[in-house]
Amino acid sequence: MNDVQIKKSAAPYDAIIVGSGAGGGMAGYVLAHAGLKVLMLEAGPYFDPKQSSSQLRWPYESPRRGAGTHSRNFGDFDGAFGGWELDGEPYTTKDKTEFYWFRSRMMGGRTNHWGRISLRFGPDDFKGHHIDGLTDDWPISYDDVKPFYDKVDRMIGIYGTVENIPSEPDGIFLPPPKPRLNELFIMKGAAKAGVKVVPGRGSVLTEALPGNKDRGACFFCGQCGRSCKVYGDFSSSSALVIPALNTGNLKLISNAMVREVLTDKNGQATGVSFINKDDMQEYQVSGKMVILGASAGESARLLLNSKSPAHPNGLANSSGVVGKYLHDSTGSSAGGWLPQLLDRKRYNEDGVGSIHIYGPWMNGNKKLPFPRGYHIEFGGGMGMPEYGFGWGIEGMNGKVPGRDGKLKDPGGFGAELKNDYRRFYGVGFGMAGRGVAIARADNYCEIDPNVVDKFGIPVLRFHYKWANDEIQQAKHMQDTFQSIMHEMGAIYDPAEGPETNYGLEAPGRIIHEVGTVRMGDDPKTSALNKYSQAHDCNNLFVVDASPFVQQGDKNATWTILALSMRTSEYILSQRKKLNV
Amino acid sequence: MNRRESLKALGLGTLSVAAFLESCKPGGQKLAEDSNSKAENSDYNETRQPKEIDRDKKLSQEKFFDDHEMATITVLGDIIIPKDDHSGSASDAKVPDFIQFIVSDMPEHQTPMRGGLRWLDLKCLNRYGKSFVDCSNNQQIAMVTDIAYPLKAKPGMEPGVSFFNLMRNLTATGFFTSKIGIQDIGYMGNTPGKWTGVPPDVLKQYGMENV
Repeated sequence: MNDVQIKKSAAPYDAIIVGSGAGGGMAGYVLAHAGLKVLMLEAGPYFDPKQSSSQLRWPYESPRRGAGTHSRNFGDFDGAFGGWELDGEPYTTKDKTEFYWFRSRMMGGRTNHWGRISLRFGPDDFKGHHIDGLTDDWPISYDDVKPFYDKVDRMIGIYGTVENIPSEPDGIFLPPPKPRLNELFIMKGAAKAGVKVVPGRGSVLTEALPGNKDRGACFFCGQCGRSCKVYGDFSSSSALVIPALNTGNLKLISNAMVREVLTDKNGQATGVSFINKDDMQEYQVSGKMVILGASAGESARLLLNSKSPAHPNGLANSSGVVGKYLHDSTGSSAGGWLPQLLDRKRYNEDGVGSIHIYGPWMNGNKKLPFPRGYHIEFGGGMGMPEYGFGWGIEGMNGKVPGRDGKLKDPGGFGAELKNDYRRFYGVGFGMAGRGVAIARADNYCEIDPNVVDKFGIPVLRFHYKWANDEIQQAKHMQDTFQSIMHEMGAIYDPAEGPETNYGLEAPGRIIHEVGTVRMGDDPKTSALNKYSQAHDCNNLFVVDASPFVQQGDKNATWTILALSMRTSEYILSQRKKLNV
Repeated sequence: MNRRESLKALGLGTLSVAAFLESCKPGGQKLAEDSNSKAENSDYNETRQPKEIDRDKKLSQEKFFDDHEMATITVLGDIIIPKDDHSGSASDAKVPDFIQFIVSDMPEHQTPMRGGLRWLDLKCLNRYGKSFVDCSNNQQIAMVTDIAYPLKAKPGMEPGVSFFNLMRNLTATGFFTSKIGIQDIGYMGNTPGKWTGVPPDVLKQYGMENV
């Protein structure tokens, strides 16, 4: 490129939103429906699940039978364009620490493939300082957010059951899917092991969503991860961005990689600059306000890359907290199989593509060798065969007597082996803990001074270490899994031990990263106020998981949606005052 | 939108909606039939990114294994999963073609497979003076028996055991993800339905009525 030109558009939008995932999508939905002229910039292509989902495809339609690839990490049919690594868009780590960053570049972002597990944060998740002094309180309480959780439940749809567990606030629920057979065994085993298990909570329309004519009810293919052609589950693309586009008030520019938030000499946001990946030209657009929903990593990166005389430390970063307090959920898992289910009867038990049952944390803040807690996600059954099916039969078919009542040598071949695959179909199950990681200032992302991506934008460098708190929590997960599996009468491997940190996944792997642009009442220790409005720049808002002060053991999405709705309604109420 | 309208939106005809509603009746597991034919005719690439389509095209032309290796894989595959009363063999399900593709897609399988095939041929050459494919059926079965049972295998057979484990896994995965194999294993999903819980007879069988 010989001549770099910057194309400027003159007419200012009422709002520019960066990112189209849960946070950006909700802001776009609320503001466009209120009549604001909104521009949404998305770094990936337009994506409508109706056209582009691979739902109901068979494994043999994929030459790799549904296995994952470099560009489809969760399988060939998964609904994410992106992954742990993006060509030409690196990120780095510091001091030999580890962090894995999953990015979806597409309209709707990671909500096209997510697990749809939708848990509200509880009162102590917002105000946890009193428990052990380890974390800072949010500037808002559960009561502040509850009305928005309620609205999100009604607007988007969620299944579950009223359980009256204080730490797991109930919502407005559609009926949950019934447990599968393997899950009944889990429930029975867990009850004996003293672990409470309740129906799952997921954003899948198990019944038609009252008052909504655009989204279809679930037809139980269990493939939410591929995104849903009838919009039977929550994706930001189908449930938020497309309806917002239909108002005529939202304009979407796809393949637009935002470089910087622009500010004037008073430090107010005036718009953004971006590179259009289709023509590789540079653009500037102006807006009366800028709303970042680019993800906890990308929003922090954008702010840190938006330096100006008014914001020498990066935008909204006079406190220096932007990038700090990065935290991802802990994760550790186990699995096994149920010899009771050999030769089981066949029927369709695909169910929904989210959890049918889960184990909420019921130990409160009991004295344990780690703070806070975790929930457990369970699953298993006669799933669709895909790459990996039948793998490792030599570790199974010698462990139980054959149909003739005799033990046999594991492994084998021929007609007898072929029969074993049939015998063992559908006996497997799995369980995974997802827990609180403590937000710490020394777990952070920052701009790598030496590395740029292919667009010339400086990239993120991560520094993240688990502490003993998280490792001990993973140990507790493993011990709990062992006791559940024992009570189930299952066959399973021994617990993960200290050599693997008890199976604790590396930071980032659970894809619940939050906390990089945290909110707070004190501008010296936080970047945003309690409405996710920048202390340093009152026409700048952040609506993804960046504002989270401290995660609970709950998945982040439902809280992102509620907070983005809250911020958007705040924007509408404050427009006159803000003069925007 | 209710479930009937969902199915219309999916492009299933009136007939399949009727079949689907039939399947929703208690105890009924009959499912919309034309979703299968729909899937067969579908264009896998229409939901993929250009870079994925390009890569798959390149991979499918690569052909890592030569003719002799493919012949050996075919014989081994059919020893592992032979035709029986219920379904066809690994080669009937085109498992060798799948293995040819997957080693290009997942290069970590290349050396274990190529080396294992060579190990097998050398063993057969030493024992029977022929490569594996040229051995008699009895000789092939004798050879395979020596490496198919990890706990019983004699010292010196370990490389063969490792290879055969991989070959068995790839064959099973290739077979049971094929159309023939999915029918054989009895997977009944991937089609619109209504999940109403474990069928009553199954609940009773496992004493789970009250869980």
